[in-house]
Amino acid sequence: MPEDQPAHLYIENLCAFYGQSLAIEPTTLPIPRQQVTAIIGPSGCGKSTLLRSLNRLHETLPGARNEGAVWLDGENIFDPDVDPIIVRRRIGMVFQQPNPLRGRTIAQNVTIGLELDGASKQECDEAVERSLKLTALWDEVKDRLNDPAMDLSGGQQQRLCLARSLAVEPEVILMDEPASALDPIATLRIEDLVKELVSEYTIIIVTHNMQQAGRVSDNTVFMTLGDQGAGMVAEAGPTSEIFTTPANRKTEDYITGRFG
Amino acid sequence: MALTDAFSRSGGLRLRQRLQHGDLIFWLVALFFALLVVALLAIIVAVTWDGSDEARDTFGIIGFITSTEWNPVAGEFGAAPAIYGTVVSSMIALALAAPPAIMIGVFLSDLCPDRLRAPLSLMVELLAAIPSVVYGMWGVFVLIPFYRTFIASPLSETVGEYIPLFAGPVAVGRGLLVAGMILAIMILPTIAAVSRDVLTVVPTHQKEAMLALGATRWEVIRHAQLPYARAGIVGGMMLGLGRALGETMAALMVIGNMPRIEASLFQPATTAAAQIASQLPTTESDLHASSLILMALVLFLITLVANSIARLLVWNVSRQSGGR
Repeated sequence: MPEDQPAHLYIENLCAFYGQSLAIEPTTLPIPRQQVTAIIGPSGCGKSTLLRSLNRLHETLPGARNEGAVWLDGENIFDPDVDPIIVRRRIGMVFQQPNPLRGRTIAQNVTIGLELDGASKQECDEAVERSLKLTALWDEVKDRLNDPAMDLSGGQQQRLCLARSLAVEPEVILMDEPASALDPIATLRIEDLVKELVSEYTIIIVTHNMQQAGRVSDNTVFMTLGDQGAGMVAEAGPTSEIFTTPANRKTEDYITGRFG
Repeated sequence: MALTDAFSRSGGLRLRQRLQHGDLIFWLVALFFALLVVALLAIIVAVTWDGSDEARDTFGIIGFITSTEWNPVAGEFGAAPAIYGTVVSSMIALALAAPPAIMIGVFLSDLCPDRLRAPLSLMVELLAAIPSVVYGMWGVFVLIPFYRTFIASPLSETVGEYIPLFAGPVAVGRGLLVAGMILAIMILPTIAAVSRDVLTVVPTHQKEAMLALGATRWEVIRHAQLPYARAGIVGGMMLGLGRALGETMAALMVIGNMPRIEASLFQPATTAAAQIASQLPTTESDLHASSLILMALVLFLITLVANSIARLLVWNVSRQSGGR
């Protein structure tokens, strides 16, 4: 890994496979610290696969594997000595579909990660308040923390899931189309949260929504399908440049809505 | 063209015919078969009610189920020992079978290598296909000698001296506990298969919620899958319990067939189904036959109660977990 560059995550020649087929061509990409990096591109170009490779979740699928390296503060998360569980503690994730754990209350959903470590009741209570305040959910649910999490609306559930991943204090947050299942108002609340949280966290967000990428991100990565049918990064850079003066023809076509 | 004119188009006649009767006939046929089940249930209740007339007149239902005396020669018939034996042997079976069966379900749904999954599943299901008389025979020739030498005798001679639950003498070994063990093996495949099925359909997003938090495999199963599948697993356990309550042949062969209530699990006992099956062909009197029919009604009631409790449990569990 180059010593001079300040990236929080440095993706180096990372490939992803499903069985024998290549899903992402070798990708090299710096992810700047405490900035929002948006990954955009047409459906099926490997955005989610790339994102899921960054916390080693991709490899949990049957037959799926990665090659290459991802440097997290100078350590390769794919090093054989590195336990993927430690990686997932430092790199949290929010999914496309809000997925609170069924059978748990609102508070219990926030604390599940801490419970695994045997945290005390007091630590858990503090984490509930802190995380729910971070996700602007505290005032809405503070009087019903012991209600089933499934009683919340979709947007609240998604913010609860964000609170759940924040509770274990990660450094990087991966978001896989976090607002695609939400209504416009809930979407804007998620976007506001992203803009607030970026002062402390490095955020990578996959989105289908070009306006969303434009609104929340500092950097944009445009992915597309390569010649062999595998996903590849066509262009990456500051969002302002990608959106105004794209260097790549395909990027321009996609952003202006001519394909995708 | 207006919608009401649709029938005047070409082919309108056929359309009209199709729309007129199709659903009505289908509805009637389905209703008929649905009602058939209800009728069958009503007939069974009516027949057992009618046939148990004499026993009900002599002892009364409450007297019948509370009396512990069963003496065909003296004309004394009480169902309490059979009810006790039925319920206790089935509970033992459930307690012994549920933990390993759920573990088998977890293994088959999540931990098993793909190549092993189909043959292993098949073998578990084959366990359920073995006729109960074969289980009974295996119990008599294999399980009882083993159980007598290594479980019943050592236990009754040590802790059995102080705890009535394990008191001797063991004699040939037939009794409540060994019947419960046989029943456990018989209901294990049912619980295992249902657990496997409900664990398999736990949505990926629930598992990934735990994985993304840095959970180990066991923690994913413990906190995401088992809670999600809980209602289904309880349902599987109740299916197994239902089978154990009604099981006749295997229990008959190993339980000892003594209509007594003893504190010790090593003592012979009986179950309602076993008592009916063994005595109905050679009844001493009309009252004896009538009492056995009343026993059948009671057994039916027990399974009904067990099923209702199961429904309640499942409903309660799914309500607590926020439904949906």
